[in-house]
Amino acid sequence: MKTVNVSLVGVGGQGIILTADMLAKAAALAGYEVKKSEIHGMSQRGGSVTSQVRFGDRVSSPIIQEGRSDILVAFDRLEAVRTAHELAPDGKAVVANVDLVPVTVSSGLQPAVEDLDGRLKAALPNALVVDAMTIAREQVGNERTMNMVLAGALAKLLPLPKECWTEAMHQLLAGRKAKLIPANEKAFELGHASV
Amino acid sequence: MNEETKKPHKVFLSGNEAIAHGAAQAGCRVASAYPGTPSTEILENIAKFKDTINCEWAVNEKVAMETAIGASIGGARSLCAMKHVGLNVAMDPLMTFCYVGATGGFVFVSADDPGMHSSQNEQDNRNLAKFARIPILEPSDSQEAYDMTQAAFEISEKFRVPVMIRMTTRTSHSSSLVDLGDFKPAVRDLIPYVKDIKRTIPVPAFAKGQRLAAQERTETMRAAGEASALNRVEKGDSRLGFVTSAVAYQYVKEIFPEFSILKLGWTNPLPRKLVEDFAKGVERLVVVEELDPFLEDQIKAMGIQVVGHETELNMLELNADRLQNLRHELLGDVPAVTPAKPDATLPTRPPTLCAGCGHRSVFYVLHKLGAIVNGDIGCYTLGAFAPLNAMDSTICMGASINVSAGMKKAGVKGRICSVLGDSTFFHSGLTGALSAYYNGTPVTTVVLDNRITAMTGQQDNPGTGRTLTGDPAPVTEIGEVAKAMGYRRVTTVSADDMQELEKTLAEAMDSGEPALVIAHAPCRIAAKLTKEGLCEVDASVCKACGACFRLGCPAMTRGAEIRKGAYQMKIDPTLCSGCKQCRQVCKFGAIKKVR
Repeated sequence: MKTVNVSLVGVGGQGIILTADMLAKAAALAGYEVKKSEIHGMSQRGGSVTSQVRFGDRVSSPIIQEGRSDILVAFDRLEAVRTAHELAPDGKAVVANVDLVPVTVSSGLQPAVEDLDGRLKAALPNALVVDAMTIAREQVGNERTMNMVLAGALAKLLPLPKECWTEAMHQLLAGRKAKLIPANEKAFELGHASV
Repeated sequence: MNEETKKPHKVFLSGNEAIAHGAAQAGCRVASAYPGTPSTEILENIAKFKDTINCEWAVNEKVAMETAIGASIGGARSLCAMKHVGLNVAMDPLMTFCYVGATGGFVFVSADDPGMHSSQNEQDNRNLAKFARIPILEPSDSQEAYDMTQAAFEISEKFRVPVMIRMTTRTSHSSSLVDLGDFKPAVRDLIPYVKDIKRTIPVPAFAKGQRLAAQERTETMRAAGEASALNRVEKGDSRLGFVTSAVAYQYVKEIFPEFSILKLGWTNPLPRKLVEDFAKGVERLVVVEELDPFLEDQIKAMGIQVVGHETELNMLELNADRLQNLRHELLGDVPAVTPAKPDATLPTRPPTLCAGCGHRSVFYVLHKLGAIVNGDIGCYTLGAFAPLNAMDSTICMGASINVSAGMKKAGVKGRICSVLGDSTFFHSGLTGALSAYYNGTPVTTVVLDNRITAMTGQQDNPGTGRTLTGDPAPVTEIGEVAKAMGYRRVTTVSADDMQELEKTLAEAMDSGEPALVIAHAPCRIAAKLTKEGLCEVDASVCKACGACFRLGCPAMTRGAEIRKGAYQMKIDPTLCSGCKQCRQVCKFGAIKKVR
């Protein structure tokens, strides 16, 4: 199988790394070679975060070439516009309908983006916009499951058996976090059904 | 589940996790490190094997390496880990231990940071290992990190030599599947200690012989490297042949999959014969490596022709796009990649000090006092940027105190102070503080005491009361240390009390004597105080003067524009930690604590 490239972008604290871990585990459980890459360090302090997962029969580079992502999962609309160039011409974007205002804007140091709707449409005309935060807040009752709503939507677009995703989630939330599994499973299912 | 049984023995590990597993499997008994991105997780993961590995956070990399050296001389397998600049600190012991040589296997990891994702400079530390005439192993993924860590211990014991594993941000922080084999961490017996001062005390009479022995050892190791499975040829189309190592190998496989490759895992001493034979079998030889032309220069010096190219590969982080540009230049069968420029119309998300961080009030006050501030390495380096604008220099760990002393000695006028964190003070602030006191240099040192090594992700240090393994530890109070040195002016002030802070700092800088001010405020992430309380702005009182915005707190947002260009402040309740910094800055009492 041709290597599948998935970029996950957003802001620190949104659960991007956990989502990438779950995807990587699911792909490994499905029997593929997997590589995952991210940058720690300064980006932890409220900065933009990117995690990349590649899987297939044989994966060499741990990072995706520019413009070669098959799927771009954006946890924030501004970050979707910022990283739109990473998506391949025939790639698919899943974008959370979430706007986290950068501190540079809220404090008045930099102007906000005018017409983010238009910018997003221009940058990613075929993006699947998921109301992930609303689903997490209103239907799951836990805003922090927003990442699992997106994971569910992402799962719909990838050739990985659903039981691999479930098993990956159970492995990642084993032990003290096991009580979070029902809410996360619900969020995943709602995300899966949303696209 | 069927899918699960396909690859039953493989686990998904980062390069740093893989090194920890490799060390445990090799029977490493002692491990020590000072945190530093991208190396930190190595010791954090070794701590999971604390039953068989006696592991700790050292106060700096020199201490970590010397501790591992002692364990090796004592017959144990030992490991230390550091980021690239950490090796600068540990070079002193390394440059002599490479003469003394290992008894128990001695392995150290240098995690370089090409592209400076989280560092103040870029170094290819292979140069330093070559300088020390010691072997270098360069893993290209997590499986190799696991395997090579074990191989490194074998090589170290066989040739009685310290061995460097060179990681980079990409190999340390990328994860891939690792076959752990028969993974059984176990305590390995000590090699019995035998006193041998001709080896362990390199006074000139002995050192001269050791210098010659180091030369001989290099050639013996070179011969072993020629035959080692760590170096291998992957035969392909011989019109191009690539010599490559580390993650660069993965990029070559990605972009030039059809061509011959000499994949070097053991890069120093260079296996010259292997390179020579490989070069003979290909039409054109290309060397691809991350950072300096370390292999390329040596290969050229052998008189072998290496393809020259316009594509720049020897600085900043390497990637497949850059190799695609090389392919475009050499073969012309792929298009060039033009890296996307950041869209300047989009607002950025730069790193910032957290809401309620005690560093912020110190920088606010120092800016107000008009001081020249020599800074150091930590979260607080962010105090340099707008709107705080309160830092003038940052060189390396612990430099702040001495840079201020140098300015004072040079006769620079005005208020000068040094700012460094508690962990950095323990790391290498102690010596500078003592030197300034001894020489009567009137420097003011401000220790931002947040009781954690924060920047690298909240690690323990001598001020936290806990060890790497989470066990209780005695607490060293920096104020008491300074008093023991002889400092008469030692003041501890809460970083949350800005009035007291201003008074204390002004007095210290104007006192004309060496002074140490401890600005105490626990790291809110480490102390779980990010939601300690909540403040609100009373819009009927706020005059939109903008004073609070000069704190640059991420919880502050622009509210209503009540005059042209004058915005009231509004607090984002999801980010506010309930600290009292903005309340102290507001002259009108518009900000209230509501929880």
